[in-house]
Amino acid sequence: MPLNNRVDADPDELVQLIGPNGERRENAAYDRWVTGVDGPALQALYEDMVVIRRIDAEATALQRQGELALWPPLLGQEAAQIGSGRALREDDFVFSSYRENGVAYCRGVDLTDILRVWRGNASSGWDPYGINMATPQVIIGAQTLHATGYAMGILNDGADAVAVTYFGDGATSQGDVNEAMVFAASYQAPVIFFCQNNHWAISEPVGLQAHVPIAHRAPGFGIPSVRVDGNDVLACLAVTREALDRARTGGGPTFIEAVTYRMGPHTTADDPTRYRDANELEDWAAKDPIARLAGLLDSQGLLPAEVTDAVKTKADDVAARLREGCISMAEPEALDVFKHVYSEPNSWLARQQDQYERYLASFESSNSDSTELTEGSR
Amino acid sequence: MSTMTFGRAINAGLRKAMENDPKVVLMGEDIGKLGGVFRITDGLQKDFGQHRVMDSPLAESGILGTAVGMAYRGYRPVIEIQFDGFIYPAFDQIVCQVAKLHYRTQGAVKMPLTIRVPFGGGIGSPEHHSESPEAYFTHTSGLRVISVSNPQDAYVMIQQAIASDDPVLYFEPKRRYHVKGEVDESVDITASSMNDARVVVEGSDVTLVTYGPLVPTARDAATAASDDGVSVEVIDLRSLAPIDFATVEKSVRKTGRLVITHEAAQSGGLGAEIAASITERCFYHLEHAPVRVTGFDIPYPYSKLEFHHLPDLDRILDGVDRVLDRPNSLSSQSGLEG
Ligand SMILES: Cc1ncc(C[n+]2csc(CCOP(=O)(O)OP(=O)(O)O)c2C)c(N)n1
Repeated sequence: MPLNNRVDADPDELVQLIGPNGERRENAAYDRWVTGVDGPALQALYEDMVVIRRIDAEATALQRQGELALWPPLLGQEAAQIGSGRALREDDFVFSSYRENGVAYCRGVDLTDILRVWRGNASSGWDPYGINMATPQVIIGAQTLHATGYAMGILNDGADAVAVTYFGDGATSQGDVNEAMVFAASYQAPVIFFCQNNHWAISEPVGLQAHVPIAHRAPGFGIPSVRVDGNDVLACLAVTREALDRARTGGGPTFIEAVTYRMGPHTTADDPTRYRDANELEDWAAKDPIARLAGLLDSQGLLPAEVTDAVKTKADDVAARLREGCISMAEPEALDVFKHVYSEPNSWLARQQDQYERYLASFESSNSDSTELTEGSR
Repeated sequence: MSTMTFGRAINAGLRKAMENDPKVVLMGEDIGKLGGVFRITDGLQKDFGQHRVMDSPLAESGILGTAVGMAYRGYRPVIEIQFDGFIYPAFDQIVCQVAKLHYRTQGAVKMPLTIRVPFGGGIGSPEHHSESPEAYFTHTSGLRVISVSNPQDAYVMIQQAIASDDPVLYFEPKRRYHVKGEVDESVDITASSMNDARVVVEGSDVTLVTYGPLVPTARDAATAASDDGVSVEVIDLRSLAPIDFATVEKSVRKTGRLVITHEAAQSGGLGAEIAASITERCFYHLEHAPVRVTGFDIPYPYSKLEFHHLPDLDRILDGVDRVLDRPNSLSSQSGLEG
């Protein structure tokens, strides 16, 4: 069976406001969405990207040191996440997958909360209503339906908030994502489908999921779409603002394909050298999103040493707090396993909990430390 | 005879099945170059080509649904579900299509699919990566469900599953993938049946029934119990649907006491089926009500707490004490009993 391994990136089709060497590119359709982005605003985007990369590196290090069980790095995808994340309003609501820590950062997540799940200390890291962002989804594509339903609720309420859902190129193969587009189009729901096409779904190239550019599918569902340079933070901001405006003004859903690249492994458990050509990585490293914005800032005299130093200090500080928060996280208690299964009492579970309590109590040394009871270690 | 890990034994069995029958094709996410996230299909795409070892788009319903079509066309698809929790998007295709097509067509259409599912916990994974969904499938007529517990069985039974004209769910205990054992690759796979339970340890006081990941734990429990003067017979079911009740019944008639252990949640689980069926079959031979030692009725917990959920040696021994009316954690009758 011939396999489809076509690589679909057509650079001419991508919305781009910053060129590969940091030069500002005029774009008649999209410049108007970023007119207010002045020097300080650009510097703030730069700071966000540097900080989130630093968070990512720190978490990767924590995993390597055995403090986290697993970590899904976002290295290379900073512009797509910060550009779109910074476009959102507080009352918008995000439904993401597991890689969108940059978006969570924009929503104002408490940094330690990001790590709770990956340390194995909790099933979810934060209260979704605290930062208007659902906790990360592992089941590929499921969150796109949740976002669409949330948007249907917004519509019913007569509000002008927007639901934004993030997912990868691989996810676009799932029925759920396609069904979400059907619902979104049918109800003209105010939802943005933000696909980060990072070219790989673990070991599978994007060509195995799609034979045409992913964004070309949406119009078939009746949803306007745009392909944006996902390594261009300004362009990501612009296309997201346009889509938000469309949604807020009754124009319904938009599909955004941010063409970017996952420069690291899928997760810390993955070995990309088994399936990925080193040259490919090099090509994309040359399109590094942070270097690109730095180029623009530099050309405008907006990146003096005071700025880079201040940003670096902030990033180091954030990383130090992240590490401290991770290491000092409270350990869960044995009987926590029975908490929150239901909101109302359940007699089956109550019996099991009672019996397990008595079981634990039957040990003379009565040790409720989970690690003492393991039969093998991870 | 050679020594190999559990994972390697499945790989060798797949290879043998593919060599023997050109209609055997493998489908799944990341099974090609990567060899699957657990490397079970390592090297097979290189040796058999992309048309026989197919990396699938990221769509479980799609994988199962297209496998149905390939089976219509005379192929024997072997599907890898990457992790237990990801079988649910394919649930509809499995229970409404795969399970029913033979019945619906009065036997005209065969569905010789094998669905490999790395299952169970104990590896410190995030949510959806440690489920024990077997009862959903044993509850569905038309499916065969088996679970392997050692390299030799893994090697033989993957081939038996593929050779079966019925759809088979083949549950692989992922926390045992690296366990090593002797594998005789020259065995005649038609000489045994994947439907037969196996007596792992013989004993006379208590019958301990289990399968998959808990078989080694149950064996250790039997050893510990014997140090304490209690003789435990351990049965590895191997087939979960249908269950070889004859073997369990024979054992319980001898011991009069039954403990069942599995990782899956208790209520509506296989332990309930076994307890009920054995009570029906040998009520007058039982000296104590069957006891279940299982996971709790909770979503699989986050990894720091998973070893509370998973039955371990001590919990199994406590269950053995209960059927023997020896002092156990529930001996003092205070608190809830419902
Ligand atoms: C339903 C389901 N199937 C399989 C998986 C295993 N899995 C986790 S991530 C992943 C690849 C996802 O790729 P993509 O959608 O492109 O997102 P990316 O990881 O590149 O951000 C797979 C197959 C899963 N989590 N859920």
